Amino acid sequence: MDLGSLTESIVFYLFAAIAVLGALGVVMARSPVRSALSLASVFISLAAMYVLLNAGFLAVAQIMIYAGAVLILFLFVIMVLNPRVDVLGARTGTQTLIAIAFTVALAVLIIATVSSGQIAPATGKFTPEVLADFQHVEIIGALLFSEFLLPFEIASMLLLVAIVGAMTLARREKGAHKNIEG
Amino acid sequence: MLTVTHYTILSALLFAIGAITVLVRRNPLIMFMGIELMLNAANLAFVAYSHFLSDMGGQVFVFIVLTVAAAEVAVGLALVVAIFRARDNVDVDEIDTLRG
Repeated sequence: MDLGSLTESIVFYLFAAIAVLGALGVVMARSPVRSALSLASVFISLAAMYVLLNAGFLAVAQIMIYAGAVLILFLFVIMVLNPRVDVLGARTGTQTLIAIAFTVALAVLIIATVSSGQIAPATGKFTPEVLADFQHVEIIGALLFSEFLLPFEIASMLLLVAIVGAMTLARREKGAHKNIEG
Repeated sequence: MLTVTHYTILSALLFAIGAITVLVRRNPLIMFMGIELMLNAANLAFVAYSHFLSDMGGQVFVFIVLTVAAAEVAVGLALVVAIFRARDNVDVDEIDTLRG
């Protein structure tokens, strides 16, 4: 094993451990703020994974959109609402056990399927050598405006609808009483 | 040597933990975080296969998923704020007014 792939493995396992521990922190933390900060560690370690996978643009987008926008929005809402500290075992023990059992079964199924299969040979044209010659942003931008134009336009419509919807939902009605609903 | 299986196993683990979060916790904010975890796990699988198949389509798709996640969080948190404003409480099990 040469030095390059050794470093790659070390970085992978380090950030994989951080990601899994952070994800566990999201489930198990009692305070929503701690859950949100654990989520930040997952986002950042996934950005490191994207760097390992030669997807520099997505790593930056991951940090900016998830760690920058989504997480700040979460923290903002948590701070504004200041909900009562969530009791961890709020669901009954049986419900929790069934949920965990089925999810673990799902994970085992996915892992078993993937490990027993074999990936197809790389037939795409964007090999690491090609990627080194071009700017990553350039390639993604060109694809978004040619081959993937329709999904791109749908995504922009979706964002517009989401902005309008969020504003409508969160707007305080004039003269509305606080407890409109019993 | 890292293979696509390494990344997919990590992705499966993150997805499972996200699903547990959604199923076990009752605070809608934490449940949204679980959904974000699952979306991120799917993104990781997309990018990993995109890298190992030398095809950029997966990475473009991740970009679309990012926008969907942002839209979902904006609308979801607006809903949480609206519910909190109406009843000072955001426990999902107590929001059952629509139950027939």
